[in-house]
Amino acid sequence: MSGTGIQSFLPPVIDVEAGEELLEVAMGPHHPSTHGVFRMDVALDGERVVRLKPVFGYLHRNHEKIAEKTTYLASMPYTDRLDYFCSMTNNWAYALAVEKLAGMEVPERAEYLRVITAELTRVQNHASAIGFLLQEMGASGTPLMYAFREREKILDLFEALSGSRMMCNYMRFGGCRVDLPAGWLDRAKLVVAGLPRFIDEIEALLTSNEILMARSQGVGVLRPELAVNAGVTGVMLRATGVNYDVRKVDHYGIYDRFSFRVPLGDHGDIYDRYMLRVLEMRESVKILEQAMAQIPEGPILDPKSKPRGFRPKPGEAYGRIEAPKGELGFYLISDGSGNPYRYRVRPPSLINLTILEDMCLGQNVADVVLIFGSVDIVLGEVDR
Amino acid sequence: MLGEGILKGLAETAKNFAGSFVSEERLTTVEYPEVRLPQIENTRDFPFLVYDGNDPMAGLRCVSCQICEKECPPKCIYIIKSTDKKPDYVGKPQFYPARFDIDVSVCMSCQICVEVCPFDAIKMNTEFELSTDDRFGGLILDKHKLAKSNEYYQHIHPTEAAEVDGRLAEEKAKVEAKAKAAAEAAAAKAAAAKAAEGAAKAADRAADGASGQPSGAREGRA
Repeated sequence: MSGTGIQSFLPPVIDVEAGEELLEVAMGPHHPSTHGVFRMDVALDGERVVRLKPVFGYLHRNHEKIAEKTTYLASMPYTDRLDYFCSMTNNWAYALAVEKLAGMEVPERAEYLRVITAELTRVQNHASAIGFLLQEMGASGTPLMYAFREREKILDLFEALSGSRMMCNYMRFGGCRVDLPAGWLDRAKLVVAGLPRFIDEIEALLTSNEILMARSQGVGVLRPELAVNAGVTGVMLRATGVNYDVRKVDHYGIYDRFSFRVPLGDHGDIYDRYMLRVLEMRESVKILEQAMAQIPEGPILDPKSKPRGFRPKPGEAYGRIEAPKGELGFYLISDGSGNPYRYRVRPPSLINLTILEDMCLGQNVADVVLIFGSVDIVLGEVDR
Repeated sequence: MLGEGILKGLAETAKNFAGSFVSEERLTTVEYPEVRLPQIENTRDFPFLVYDGNDPMAGLRCVSCQICEKECPPKCIYIIKSTDKKPDYVGKPQFYPARFDIDVSVCMSCQICVEVCPFDAIKMNTEFELSTDDRFGGLILDKHKLAKSNEYYQHIHPTEAAEVDGRLAEEKAKVEAKAKAAAEAAAAKAAAAKAAEGAAKAADRAADGASGQPSGAREGRA
């Protein structure tokens, strides 16, 4: 850790009797840096943050209760709207939970399709997360536009496959909804072949940039013990050096068949999180290349799967995957009827946000925006 | 050297800026209303109802089974079933929707109505320029606005429509073959019955002749 050491991150002592006062600022809910509608009630001593209270719920849509009132399939399009940057991974997590509940098998080809779409999602999510982080650092537009240029190609692939750019609604219990259209795989291979060049470009633009380093190294440090205790997952956790990736730990899907590495950070600061996202994109490209070379022909849907009258046996199941933002889990209890008795989402965005105050204490108010941006959240998933 | 990283980054932006004048790949934006990107075939936005033939209302494939209304996640479909019946594409009398409304301000384009429809009657449209100044009436599409011809469906989703048409033709052929087989069977049965009747009559007559009883009562019963 560079900088002035841990002492500088401790909250300062305020001597109220001597006339010192705090300035309270409500950042948000319509602050441009809040990625949606989110409020931080910040107490400031000069430029330094003494207290920070996250306030959310502005985008609450009653997702879990709606899901308990509708059929299992009808919740699938709603999961697209949780983390609207990564609808494919949301679909996968929900489908995985229902498949565990109903004991369904996923055909080989569908597993490959899931891996391909999920890794494409990861690339575009990390690219835009880096773009947004730099946007908040003051690099207004350029890195974000480069990221969106690449994201556009991936979204075009999603549209050709599923019919929609962001609200894909692609996966079904026991497989995927449609097979690849003619020529899709060749186009996808072209896009993936162009990705390393794009990542090199992002790295040339940013990795050794002195302004980025000055603003992010040693800022927003998260200690591994706190991260583990708070249940933080995903890039946030791995940036602190804890080796935990659900793809490696839980062996879901067919990730065991691909050779890829889990990049780990050392300092747990913003720069590590940025660097990890770049490295994860490179690993995703590796997975994509392997999956696209190996994908077999065959059916894409379990023949037991049907769109109507789906009633799993009574029981409970928890399906979890490594979503781009962290561990995304769906917990379902079935009472044997057509709708779930209990439907619960474990959203990585919300849980990664719980340690926001710990990271921000003692930092400058301008860095709060950066720290918040480096968590990489989507308010649709925080509030549900 | 301090500033080297910034210069390297600036070189990258300069390369992109200069490249956008010569390389199509670096110039990714199009001037939308004048220039349009080609439509992607699988694109979906809002549902429409397919009809066969020339008369939109007579040719609607929808039989008002109300499955889509039940399965629609945001419940944007509203159907009133007809009281009378009209023949469908295989000639079987079916109900039809007296009223079929979709509120496109509620619809979330999830395509579940298309998946659950057993009659291939509802499909996804690709028309996206739907803005209107009437946000209540203008966004509720009734069955007259929703009805689109099968040719239109073949035009916007060629691959999918070819598959659906193939399936429907197969089904129709099967129904026709079945009807033909049934008719043939009925004819054969009728002929057999006639022959049997004839045989029975002959036997009766023979029996009548043998027993010497009057035959009128028996024939009247038959």
